[in-house]
Amino acid sequence: MSDTPLPASLAEIAEDFRSASNDLKLQLLLEFSDELPGLPERYAGHLDQLERVDECQSPLFLTVEVADGPSLEDRVVSLFFDAPAEAPTTRGFAGILHEGLDGLSAAEVLGVPDDAPMRFGLAEAVSPLRMRGMVAMLGRIKRQVRAKTAV
Amino acid sequence: MSAEDTKISAYAHPERLVTTEWLAEQVSAGGIGGPDGIVLLESDEDVLLYETGHIPGALKIDWHVDLNDPVTRDYVDGARFAEVMGQRGISRDTTVVIYGDKSNWWAAYALWVFSLFGHEDVRLLDGGRAKWVAEGRELTREVASPTAVDYPVAERDDAPIRAFKDDVLAHLGKPLVDVRSPGEYSGELLHMPDYPQEGAMRGGHIPGAKSVPWARAADEDGSFKSREDLEAIYLDEQGLTPSDDVVAYCRIGERSSHTWFVLTHLLGFEAVRNYDGSWTEWGNAVRVPIEK
Repeated sequence: MSDTPLPASLAEIAEDFRSASNDLKLQLLLEFSDELPGLPERYAGHLDQLERVDECQSPLFLTVEVADGPSLEDRVVSLFFDAPAEAPTTRGFAGILHEGLDGLSAAEVLGVPDDAPMRFGLAEAVSPLRMRGMVAMLGRIKRQVRAKTAV
Repeated sequence: MSAEDTKISAYAHPERLVTTEWLAEQVSAGGIGGPDGIVLLESDEDVLLYETGHIPGALKIDWHVDLNDPVTRDYVDGARFAEVMGQRGISRDTTVVIYGDKSNWWAAYALWVFSLFGHEDVRLLDGGRAKWVAEGRELTREVASPTAVDYPVAERDDAPIRAFKDDVLAHLGKPLVDVRSPGEYSGELLHMPDYPQEGAMRGGHIPGAKSVPWARAADEDGSFKSREDLEAIYLDEQGLTPSDDVVAYCRIGERSSHTWFVLTHLLGFEAVRNYDGSWTEWGNAVRVPIEK
């Protein structure tokens, strides 16, 4: 794992997971799944405007908006996800990233280390195979932020 | 007799399936759990689906966490299996009913693993979780706490229903059923649609394998097709006979557990083995024959 620190919001969630037993980890993940916000009206019914994350075992769609601003440090990132209720693990991963990254600046999101999903101690609760979806989500979020802030 | 009961009674081993209606009666009569009750297990692909709500009284069993060895690519041993069973209040003679998501893929997989350990009375809920939900039946987030019992340490007996790579090499020329999607069978796709993380170095199929995607055995609501419809596919169209020695495979053995169940318990085939190494082993192995 890299030494790059996580943004405070994500670090706090990671700590909650790491300190929980496997059963509690699943309960926490369920809360994130339950609380994942739905799509705002401008995206609802327009999944074609979102990017499909193929690495998740169940279909997940996401998109990123980056507000205008003079520098990457000032431009606020908003995240939007859509995943079906029958895919709670995928929803839970999306919920963690939403809670941890939504509202941060583009510079902060781009600074999140790629191995961040492996710092939650979730692999033993859900199996390492299932963690790849979250790694892919983070990768695509960062790529979209990079594309949308490119000059 | 309901139409569903009639359908089930025509199968070779009707005792292997229960209907949602039968299960709902058991649930309301308090027949789930307890020392003489049925033990109901949910086995899903999504590790969190059980937690979002399950059939009242159902306990969770996870293919990865509970049934696979954490280090070696293999199933758990007899001692660990006994632990998994005992914790859930399952004795050697308990009736176990399993259901799950994805048309019962993982439920069939769990049932097949139970069969490796010789657990006698294990059944599937026809149509699985999706049918129960579609019928608007009750779900709960309340988790039952069963009283642990002693389950004997049973030796796992792989040979009758499990094939390894060497067994498949020795089997070439005899009936093989590839239950993956057509794109995976032809070699166009190196992984199953939507599952790129379970890919392989080479595409195609094991020489001589017939392509019968697992889903052909399921109706739209996820329940199994009638015996007549299944015979039309596997016997008439594919030319298999119940006395054939058959090996079924997919990518990791879960979809082929579904087909193994169909051939063995619904059509009465006597010698069907599931090759759980499947394409993630064969498509990555050095110098095994591949057909495209």
